[in-house]
Amino acid sequence: MSTLDHLRNRDAILRISESEAENRAEVIDPDDERMIINMGPQHPSTHGVLRVTMELQGETVLRSKPVIGYLHTGMEKTAEDLTFLQGPTNVTRMDYAAPLFTELVYSLAVEKLLDIEIPERATWIRMLMCELNRMSSHLLFLATNGMDLGSVGMMIYGWREREEVLRFFEKVTGLRMNHNYIRPGGVAADLPDNWQADVREILNILPERLEQFDVLMTGQPIWRARTQGVGVITTEEAIALGATGPILRSTGYAWDTRRTMPYLAYDKVDFDIVVGTYGDTFDRYAIRLNEIRESMRIVEQCLDMMPKGPYRVEDRKVTPPPRARIDESMEALIHHFKIFTEGYKVPAGEVYTSVESPRGELGCYLVSDGGPKPQRMHIRAPSFVNLQTLPHMMHGGLLADAVAVISSIDPIMGEVDR
Amino acid sequence: MADIYDLKQKLGLGDAGLAGLGHNIFTAPIEELVKWARRRSVMPATFGLACCAIEMMATGTAHYDMARYGMETFRASPRQADLMIVAGRVSQKMAPVLRQIYDQMMEPKWVISMGVCASSGGMFNNYAIVQGVDQIVPVDIYAPGCPPGPETLLHAILALHEKIRTGELTERRKSTGKGAGFELSHEHAPDAQPEPVIIRTGRR
Amino acid sequence: MSSNEAPDVIAEGNDDDMPENTHTDMAYDVPVSSSNDQIVLHPEIGFYERLINNLLADGYQMCIDLCGVDYFKNLTRKLPNDATAERFELVINLLDLSAKRRIRVRVQLPEDDPKVPSISMIYPGAEAMEREASDMFGFVFEGHPDPTPILLPEGWVGHPLRKDFSMGRIPVQFKAVEGR
Repeated sequence: MSTLDHLRNRDAILRISESEAENRAEVIDPDDERMIINMGPQHPSTHGVLRVTMELQGETVLRSKPVIGYLHTGMEKTAEDLTFLQGPTNVTRMDYAAPLFTELVYSLAVEKLLDIEIPERATWIRMLMCELNRMSSHLLFLATNGMDLGSVGMMIYGWREREEVLRFFEKVTGLRMNHNYIRPGGVAADLPDNWQADVREILNILPERLEQFDVLMTGQPIWRARTQGVGVITTEEAIALGATGPILRSTGYAWDTRRTMPYLAYDKVDFDIVVGTYGDTFDRYAIRLNEIRESMRIVEQCLDMMPKGPYRVEDRKVTPPPRARIDESMEALIHHFKIFTEGYKVPAGEVYTSVESPRGELGCYLVSDGGPKPQRMHIRAPSFVNLQTLPHMMHGGLLADAVAVISSIDPIMGEVDR
Repeated sequence: MADIYDLKQKLGLGDAGLAGLGHNIFTAPIEELVKWARRRSVMPATFGLACCAIEMMATGTAHYDMARYGMETFRASPRQADLMIVAGRVSQKMAPVLRQIYDQMMEPKWVISMGVCASSGGMFNNYAIVQGVDQIVPVDIYAPGCPPGPETLLHAILALHEKIRTGELTERRKSTGKGAGFELSHEHAPDAQPEPVIIRTGRR
Repeated sequence: MSSNEAPDVIAEGNDDDMPENTHTDMAYDVPVSSSNDQIVLHPEIGFYERLINNLLADGYQMCIDLCGVDYFKNLTRKLPNDATAERFELVINLLDLSAKRRIRVRVQLPEDDPKVPSISMIYPGAEAMEREASDMFGFVFEGHPDPTPILLPEGWVGHPLRKDFSMGRIPVQFKAVEGR
């Protein structure tokens, strides 16, 4: 049986509308053990406003459906009203656990349309910041995943580590979250003096703390019993459903855009792709834990190999001039004025760029009509597509495993609903 | 139930409880005790919606630590919660859910609107986002920022504690029904079922 | 940046109706163009489903993205084979994991009847993406198993990402705080 037939025959998706679910939930048939229950959108699992309608038979989940849209912000519509320079402020709030990635993919799309080369230092700064962001996003995952499965202490530990990385971000970008740092043309500001010491401190603290997580969770029998064999998905199913990132890698398929279709300077650094075997929740947890270690390797190489040079492209029509120049040069003043009021015009065209975000393939499809604002900006959010694996993972499992499965997909509702 | 209600009326307790008794030398210490208890153990309801939820969680964990103010237990059930921190942007689809959760909370209850999206719609002035959660629920403290750092949220929480300490909040809510200048046209008893509420905005 | 190799099947041919000097590059039997080093196919609506099946058979295992674009009055854009540019476009990005290549498919949809066959039977992952496109633009996907709103509340009137749907901006009112 082909994968598609297999997926269809399993009948894991509860394809009814919300009003129908409400009506059916009120009908109680004493002979029918099946009932439709609702989980969310406000529930203690910290994954934002996700609602899951489930059809249960006793404790077993038969069919389910994730209902989304509770955080729909109209960001793609907003993007058509903002200039290309203002774009990152909007897209950064989509995936709020890893905001630099969405800024990066948007900036890469704009730079491709503009057909400009950014300086090497800007590329390496972007890579450094993105890998640090991957670490902080995975630490957030470990914290929330731990708490969902009962280990409240894990929540505290994960956030403690995250604070170290956020402190560095605040030093560099000015903000702890939603940085608006990676902009078309380079980055907003250069790394501060003595940044190597700060990064080295993060790299010194983390390995020991990750060992503590291993002790707390990886080897622990309760953790293993709750996660091994739960929420299994196969490679063919994941590919057919469009799942990427740790979900696809947990099935054993080594697909990581940083290695297979490199962007930035990932072909110049040495790191491994972490791959699972069984496609279950434990594999996804272990992959993310080890991806933190791989990101630390990349950050260490960035420390040694960071080139000198400008941190943004010198083309004054794209990046604003330094503030001091505005007093001296009329041209600088005009450029500054034009960029910040009208915005720079991007040649007409369309492009799709993608990066590997902590959740999977994050893409940006950008269409420009030659004006200062995008004609259409669409972000391919990994969590939106990964959520489609949820019914298939939950099918036949227990209700208590539903939380584990949702948590292992690591959805961020900001990018699901946009 | 009716007897206890009559008894309460006779004793002058009524709906305001202890705060309704005339302030005198005997009830003052009790009022202070009640207000102290109320502000030292506020239990927030989990209402993290978007990015601000991440900062709210950061405030609750070790580095900024809301537990020293007695607030680290986020109650999932609104029946057990006092404080609703609306952390994040409220979309049109989420608005009725928010109102329902608010209605299920028991008096006295407070609302902190965390972040600019909850306070006024933030940077998203468009079709999808409710322009300020005070269109739906009465708000007591507005915390600005995008997202407000943990220090800002702690400041908002401490300001709320201060307002509870002076008794300003509970009295004002009872007498005028207003939280921050908005009047709800629907009077509801504490254990009524949630009903559709007609909300008029703007100054009355 | 994603690199693309040329697909195996590219034939240059002269269409009989076209003037002597123009060529229409074809691939998978549809006109193909190159956009910023990315390969884009331009099928007609009638051939769209066959093309997607052919692409799946050729190794494009994953449907990465499916979205719509509203060009509104911008109907002067150049398309290969001098095809008519319609108001709406449906854009599908596909990925071949083994050969590490990407391809894009753009279908023109008319304004008055944006109907197109659903590919959720071919790529199950496209189900949610098609629901989003029908919410945002009003596209009708024939054969879709669950054509219910996904992002918008039920009962929402209008399609927000169309250019004639207003942003919904509310003028800022400064609310005075009483007392103080």
